[in-house]
Amino acid sequence: MTSAAQSFVNVGERTNVTGSAKFRKLITNGDYAAALDVAREQVENGAQILDVNMDEGLLDSEKAMVEFLNLIASEPDIARVPLMIDSSKWSVIEAGLKCVQGKPIVNSISLKEGEESFLAQARKVRAYGAAVVVMAFDETGQADTFKRKTEICARAYKILTEQVGFPPQDIVFDPNIFAVATGIEEHSNYGVDFIEATRWIRENLPHAHISGGVSNLSFAFRGNEPVRAAMHSVFLFHAINAGMDMGIVNAGALPVYDDIDAELRELAEDVVLNRRADATDRLLAAADKFKGGKQEARVVDTKWREQPVEKRLAHALVHGITEFIESDTEEARAKAARPLHVIEGPLMDGMNVVGDLFGSGKMFLPQVVKSARVMKQAVAYLMPFMEKEKEEQGLTQRKAAGKILMATVKGDVHDIGKNIVGVVLQCNNYEVIDLGVMVPVQKILETARKEEVDVIGLSGLITPSLDEMVTVASELEREGFDVPLLIGGATTSKIHTAVKIHPAYDRGQAVHVLDASRAVGVVSQLLSNDNKAAYVEGVQAEYVKLAEQHARAQEDKVRAPIAAARENRLAIDAAKVQPKPSFLGTKVIDIPIETLIPYIDWTPFFQTWELKGRYPDILKDEKFGEAARNLFEDATAMLRQMADEKWLQARAVIGFWPANQSGDDIDLYKDDGRREKLATLHTLRQQMARGKDRPNLALADFVAPDGEDYVGGFAVTAGIGEEAMSQRFARANDDYGGILAKALADRLAEAGAEWLHEQVRKQHWGYAAGEDLSNEELIAEGYEGIRPAPGYPAQPDHTEKGVLFDLLDAPNAIGLTLTESYAMWPGSAVSGLYFSHPESRYFGLGKIDRDQVADYAARKGYDLATMEKWLAPVLNYDPNRAQKIAAE
Amino acid sequence: MTDTEKTIRELAAKRILILDGAMGTMIQREKFSEEDFRAERFKDWKRDLKGNNDLLILTQADKIRDIHLQYFCAGADIVETNTFSSTTIAQADYGMEELAYELNFEGARLAREAGDIAAKEDGKPRFVAGTLGPTNRTASISPDVNNPGFRAVTFDQLAEAYGEAARGLLDGGADILLVETIFDTLNAKAAIFAIEELFAERKIRVPVMISGTITDLSGRTLSGQTPTAFWNALNHARPISFGLNCALGAKEMRAHIAELSRVADTLICAYPNAGLPNEFGLYDESPEAMGELVGEFASSGLVNIVGGCCGTTPDHIAAIAEAVKGKAPRKVPEIAPRMRLSGLEPFETAA
Repeated sequence: MTSAAQSFVNVGERTNVTGSAKFRKLITNGDYAAALDVAREQVENGAQILDVNMDEGLLDSEKAMVEFLNLIASEPDIARVPLMIDSSKWSVIEAGLKCVQGKPIVNSISLKEGEESFLAQARKVRAYGAAVVVMAFDETGQADTFKRKTEICARAYKILTEQVGFPPQDIVFDPNIFAVATGIEEHSNYGVDFIEATRWIRENLPHAHISGGVSNLSFAFRGNEPVRAAMHSVFLFHAINAGMDMGIVNAGALPVYDDIDAELRELAEDVVLNRRADATDRLLAAADKFKGGKQEARVVDTKWREQPVEKRLAHALVHGITEFIESDTEEARAKAARPLHVIEGPLMDGMNVVGDLFGSGKMFLPQVVKSARVMKQAVAYLMPFMEKEKEEQGLTQRKAAGKILMATVKGDVHDIGKNIVGVVLQCNNYEVIDLGVMVPVQKILETARKEEVDVIGLSGLITPSLDEMVTVASELEREGFDVPLLIGGATTSKIHTAVKIHPAYDRGQAVHVLDASRAVGVVSQLLSNDNKAAYVEGVQAEYVKLAEQHARAQEDKVRAPIAAARENRLAIDAAKVQPKPSFLGTKVIDIPIETLIPYIDWTPFFQTWELKGRYPDILKDEKFGEAARNLFEDATAMLRQMADEKWLQARAVIGFWPANQSGDDIDLYKDDGRREKLATLHTLRQQMARGKDRPNLALADFVAPDGEDYVGGFAVTAGIGEEAMSQRFARANDDYGGILAKALADRLAEAGAEWLHEQVRKQHWGYAAGEDLSNEELIAEGYEGIRPAPGYPAQPDHTEKGVLFDLLDAPNAIGLTLTESYAMWPGSAVSGLYFSHPESRYFGLGKIDRDQVADYAARKGYDLATMEKWLAPVLNYDPNRAQKIAAE
Repeated sequence: MTDTEKTIRELAAKRILILDGAMGTMIQREKFSEEDFRAERFKDWKRDLKGNNDLLILTQADKIRDIHLQYFCAGADIVETNTFSSTTIAQADYGMEELAYELNFEGARLAREAGDIAAKEDGKPRFVAGTLGPTNRTASISPDVNNPGFRAVTFDQLAEAYGEAARGLLDGGADILLVETIFDTLNAKAAIFAIEELFAERKIRVPVMISGTITDLSGRTLSGQTPTAFWNALNHARPISFGLNCALGAKEMRAHIAELSRVADTLICAYPNAGLPNEFGLYDESPEAMGELVGEFASSGLVNIVGGCCGTTPDHIAAIAEAVKGKAPRKVPEIAPRMRLSGLEPFETAA
């Protein structure tokens, strides 16, 4: 974790032209891509800060610094760490400071040229918001002894903190690490001087830090890496103990103090700590012995390389790794029928992963841009193959994959997102014509015509731009364009595109592009000869669906006040009220199982078994046919057995009562005198905001408000014996048989309801005596009247079952009871009301508002909270929130 | 410390201060036509001017002053000048670079007039924050794919533009400078650099507010920094307040404000959008809903200054002011001195 406090800070030193011959060569040759790899390797190896130095006589150091820092800014895996801008020239440092958005360290300034220039530079460093390394250097030269080091550092500290207001914690002193073991006696104590000066600074100059270029120390042992590394390691061990907390070191290469060969460690320590006069000679004498010691090889996580090529390409795209992209692309190309398939297949799949990660916040923009560049490299590799393919097929040459016009619409000046989309598209070999910002519709049309573009992309950030985009779409339509139109920008959305832009542009296709990472996918589909038609069809289908959903949601959202909804009720035709039923009160009917078999609706039966399709077609279905046939065979065999062996009994209770509509409720009377009320059936009314052409329905509307009208009710179960039957299967461990039997019992109950309804229409109520319908027609509800059940869409309130069960005396009449949550027991049962008026029909209540719920609760004698609990799925409001607002 | 800074700090120690809401939303409500934007003075201007909201400072001055006044009356202690795009760089889109200083000067003057009217009414001090927007170019992101090292704008160009804008704002009577909606920290660093130069030249210091923008779900700025990295990169400005605005609603912004609240030893300022835009680009979070969310920022001790960005109106500001009323302002924490650097991510040394 980089944010955690670090006790010793490793500053990466390999991106320093004065310290690394390899890096110098790369920079002087202008190979910045490889130079970036050096930087990346440093960060991967644990450098917490990256030192960048371009001080090379033959270089334009300022230019090189700016170029390299700008490139680093485009590499998120490098740019995540702070930078150290390292130069002996102030102009190079200042140029570098203007390129970094984070807080860097300047390395370095000093009193070399006197206080005035030191002050001026320090103030600038502060204004650029950087920390600073101060070299122990003054007008007379570099500090070598303990005394000089401490004096200069104390002086600089005082000036910085008192005159510049520099925060002391942002000051790093470099008290100069000089070479020891040079053979010159005065140099022998340099290591000790540094270590002791460090200790003094930490004790006397609060919050300041100590750093140094460690490699100088072992200059005398050039060419003998093991000895140098050992010297560095022991030096750091002691300097860190004294308070050194930052070092410019090759972080990946240093051995751990305890791991150094004991003999070498002692010899090195003698030199560094100046412990004996012959220390240098002894180390020199032994040096060759250690020369061959091998260095630890760098460990890089290469596990991902073992995966299949498609996975490797995705990995490279997500992590922005270009190292293997060409060889991997080649491998994919060799496998693919056409080079284009590599782009449309694995590469696009990888970019979609990038898009998903970005969409979910797991990648951020600079990383996405990096991924696009990896993509570009892969596409660039494939280009010659695609050109060759075209030549072989005798196709005309066309360099770009397509020409795309991009513009921020009139009235809007935001173009950063559009520019990023442009970048990503260009990365994928599309030619982009960018008209910039505030582009009037005429200019978009003119350019599109003149340049014969393949796609037009519109961008905008502010809300009014959405309307402008609709204008552009309508103009394109009016002028006969048919090129695809891409819509993007922060306030744009798929739903706006579907509802507003898509309908304005019939000839072409408008497509909303969620973010830059999706642009290539969309464009490549739109410009692909093979895929375009299917893709556009998919988009259109989706947009039509979205627009419909939106229209419905709008209807759902806006509720009419209940009073207005009642105004808009259905008034049934009084002339068509059905005649009186054959009896009033209730009647129990036993139903032989074999009677019900022809009434079974088999389609839901197959659905229970996840066999999707309509009966009887499903028996011949290619995919499910065989399974369905087997199941059907078992089911009919079991049904026969059920009937023959009387496993189950079906029994029903029905009733009819004189009834009249009373507001949203239905009053039931004891007899045709209609003076003594028997019960009240409560119903709920639709509250969608609707015009006159569509009424706001309630079940109560299907009953005449006055005059002679009736309502029926029923409960039917095929579950008598169900419990014993289930136990038999359970004892036999026959799960399949148990499930099958249960499913059949459910079907028989439904068949019972169907059969019973028919008997009611033809005989018991008798308003449709001449009806003659097939089972298919019955299932399709091709008859007059309905039998809605409480708990279903027209009346979602399950508690109304209580009223019905009381009326029918269902527990005593047929042994059917209600649980406390108003479920029927046994479970294979159906209950409901009968409405006979020809205008009665099934409907969905939709969401209802608090005004109706409060009124309904009062009618039923429930408190509001209880009623809201039962009606929770249909509430158009959050009851907790509504309560709070009401209380305030 | 200037008198203004002292007054603000004293007030902020006692209560949560209120910043205004969106200017753009209020301007959209007026449905100004191209002619309204032009008025007499720019009737022959060669480019379309509709959409150049800052220009309304010159062509619809009364309306702009009135919007400021509406916000003051809704409870704002501080209003932001209508100068989000009044830099030479942003005005180049309209060919109006020459007007940059005038826009800033007049923009500050209008807000100051509104503040004086409001202060006269009830005697409460009112402050004008001179807005320095992000411009529409980025100093650390290349717009050219083939050249990631390319920059469409340089630090020096930005510093020059910001310097001119800041001059106009201060001359016009701004009490505070507000660098806001920062999506590329290097742009903001150029603004701070220019402001520091101006302070040195005039031998003054004016309080500076800094407000960044976390652009998406990654929790980073557009240029890729985490909130703490962003704070580390800009705290050298010693801002009177630091915080976030735009792009997110209060709900989405909360975690990032909480992070800054922990790490920044200055006042914390949050002015989120009225939710996220709905499918039709409209910000439809109600004043009550937003008041509740921002009120929770206050209850949790995260903020010192609150207001609103896109989609907010005087009603939202009134609801926010009501929601934080009587709630204790966040206590500015003491942060141990450590070297805190940043790249895209923060870095901190041990003691």
